[in-house]
Amino acid sequence: MMDAITRPAESEPNLAAIAADAAGERAIGRPTVYVYEAPVRICHWVNAFAIVVLMITGYLIGTPLPTVEGEASASFVMGYIRFAHFAAGQVLAVFFLARILWAFVGNHHSRQIFYIPVHRKQFWKEVLHEIRWYAFLEREPKMYVGHNPLAQTAMFTGFTLFVAFMIVTGFALYSEGEGIDSWQYKLFGWVFSIWPNSQDVHTYHHLGMWALVMFVTVHVYAAIREDIMSRQSIISSMISGERQFRE
Amino acid sequence: MGATTETFYSVIRRQGITRRSFHKFCSLTATSLGLGPVAASRIANALETKPRTPVIWMHGLECTCCSESFIRSAHPLVKDVVLSMISLDYDDTIMAAAGHQAEEILEETRAKYKGQYILAVEGNPPLNEGGMFCIDGGKPFVEKLKVMAEDAMAIIAWGACASWGCVQAAKPNPTQATPIDKVITNKPIIKVPGCPPIAEVMTGVVTYITTFGKLPELDRQGRPKMFYSQRIHDKCYRRPHFDAGQFVEEWDDEAARKGYCLYKMGCKGPTTYNACSTVRWNGGVSFPIQSGHGCIGCSEDGFWDKGSFYDRLTKIKQFGIEHNADEVGMVAAGTVGVAVAAHAAVTAVKRLATTRDDAKDSAKQDH
Repeated sequence: MMDAITRPAESEPNLAAIAADAAGERAIGRPTVYVYEAPVRICHWVNAFAIVVLMITGYLIGTPLPTVEGEASASFVMGYIRFAHFAAGQVLAVFFLARILWAFVGNHHSRQIFYIPVHRKQFWKEVLHEIRWYAFLEREPKMYVGHNPLAQTAMFTGFTLFVAFMIVTGFALYSEGEGIDSWQYKLFGWVFSIWPNSQDVHTYHHLGMWALVMFVTVHVYAAIREDIMSRQSIISSMISGERQFRE
Repeated sequence: MGATTETFYSVIRRQGITRRSFHKFCSLTATSLGLGPVAASRIANALETKPRTPVIWMHGLECTCCSESFIRSAHPLVKDVVLSMISLDYDDTIMAAAGHQAEEILEETRAKYKGQYILAVEGNPPLNEGGMFCIDGGKPFVEKLKVMAEDAMAIIAWGACASWGCVQAAKPNPTQATPIDKVITNKPIIKVPGCPPIAEVMTGVVTYITTFGKLPELDRQGRPKMFYSQRIHDKCYRRPHFDAGQFVEEWDDEAARKGYCLYKMGCKGPTTYNACSTVRWNGGVSFPIQSGHGCIGCSEDGFWDKGSFYDRLTKIKQFGIEHNADEVGMVAAGTVGVAVAAHAAVTAVKRLATTRDDAKDSAKQDH
C-alpha cells in the first residue's frame, strides 16, 4: 500500500488536463490519484484548527496574561480562555475519535497514520531511503500515493500517539474540576493511579504540547518542501483529496 | 486502659461532659461529615451503646505535627470527646505509661481485640539497613508496625509521611522511608494526608470509623472522599479572581494587598486535594491562602520533590540543569525550528546547484 510508484502511468486519464487542452493550452499528462477522502480532510482541518487553539489557550492557562484591573465580577478572562481550551479539546477528541472510526471504513490511506508495519523489512529500507533523501544523500525522491514510510512513522509517533496522550491527560485534568463523580473521572481517572500528584500530569501535558509544536513545525515544513521537491501535490491534496504527480 | 469494655457515652459522662454538650457534638460531627439530620441521633445512639473501639497510635519516622494538629482539634468538645471516646490504648508520645509497662499494652490489645482495633500510624518506617534508622522500644519500627498491623481491623495512615513518604522520603531518601501502604498490603488502609492533616479531618475520620465500624468511602488513592474529593482551588474564596484573570505578580504588589489569586506565585491549590478552603484551620480561623501565601500542596504525593513551593510547574532535572516543562519545550521547539530553517536553506542551495548542473548538461548535449 505504501509501495513506491516510480511511474504512475497506470492511473486513469485526467479529465481536468483534457479540459485544459480544449482551452488551447498545451496538454500535459498529469496523473491524479484520489487519496484523502472527505472525512479524512475534514478531520485534518478541524483537528489542525483545534490544535492551534489548544496550544495558544493552553499556554495562556499555564502562563496567564497580565492582571486585569477592576472588579473581579467585571471580567472573565481566564474563564473564557479556559472555556476555549476545554471546548477545543472536546472538539479535538470527537474528531480524533471520528477519524479512528473512519479508519475502519475508509480507504487504505485512512489507516496509514494509525500503525507502523514494523515487521516489514522493505518498509524500513524505504524509511532509510527517505532519511537519505532528507539528508541530501539521494538525488531523486520516490513517489508515494499516500504517506511515504518516513512520513507514516512520523505521523504515527509524532501525531497519533501524542494527540491520544494529550486527549487522555487533558480529560484527566478536566475531570479534576468536574469532580470524581463525573464521567470524565470515571473514564480517565486512572491517569492519577499512574501519577498520583496531578502536578506531574500537568508537567507531562505541557511537554506533550511542546512535542506537538515540534511535530507541527516539521509537518508543515515537510509538506511544503515535498510539494516543491518531490514533484507531487501535498498541500492541495488535503483540500481536494487528489494527489497530482508532476513530471 | 483498654481492659474494661465500656461505651463512649459512659466515659464522656464520667469526664463531666453534659448530655446537652454530647448531643451538640453529635450534631456537629454529623454536619461536618455531611450526613444529614438523622445521622446525629444515629451517632448518639452508636456512642451510647457500642463498646469503644481501641486505637493503637504508633509513631515512626515523623515530626509529631499530626499529633500536634490532632490535639488542637478546634472545638474543645471534639478534643475532649474524641480523646476519651476512642479508647486510645497506646500512644507513646502522650501516654502516661512508659517502658515495659507501655509495651505490654500493645501485646494485651493485640490479644484481646484481635481483628477489632484500629492501628493509627503517624510517620513511616525506613527500610534501609534493616530498618535501623528508626528504633522503637529496642526494635526497628518496621517490625513493630508489621506485628501490630497483623491483627488490626484497619490502618489509618496519618499525614503525608504515612500516606506518601513526605520529607524523609524526599530524594534521595537515604533511609528508604516508605509509606505504610507499600509495607502493609493485606489490610484496609485509609490515607489522611497533609502535613499535618486538618484537626477536624482527623477527628472526623476517627468518629466515622468508630461510629459505623467501617472505613468511610475512599477515593482512588485511598483517601476519604468526604474530605479529599475536591481541590483547594475548587472551593477557594479567591477563585473569582482566578476566573477574572486577576493575579498577584509580586509578593508586595497592589494585587497582593487586594487579595487576588496566588496562581502566578506558585499556589498549588489547583493540584491539591484537601479540605483547607472549606474546613480551614484553627477552628475555621484561616488557611494559608487566606493569609496571603499560596498552597504548598502538602497533602499531595511527593510534594517535596516537585520543585519550589513558589513555582507552578515542576522542575525537570533529567537534563542536567533544572528547567520546567515550558522552558524545556521551548528550547526543544526552538531547536527544531532552527533545524527546519537550516534544512530549508540547504535544500534551496542544493536545488540551485542542481538546476545549474542540469543546465550545463543540457548545454553540452546541444553542442
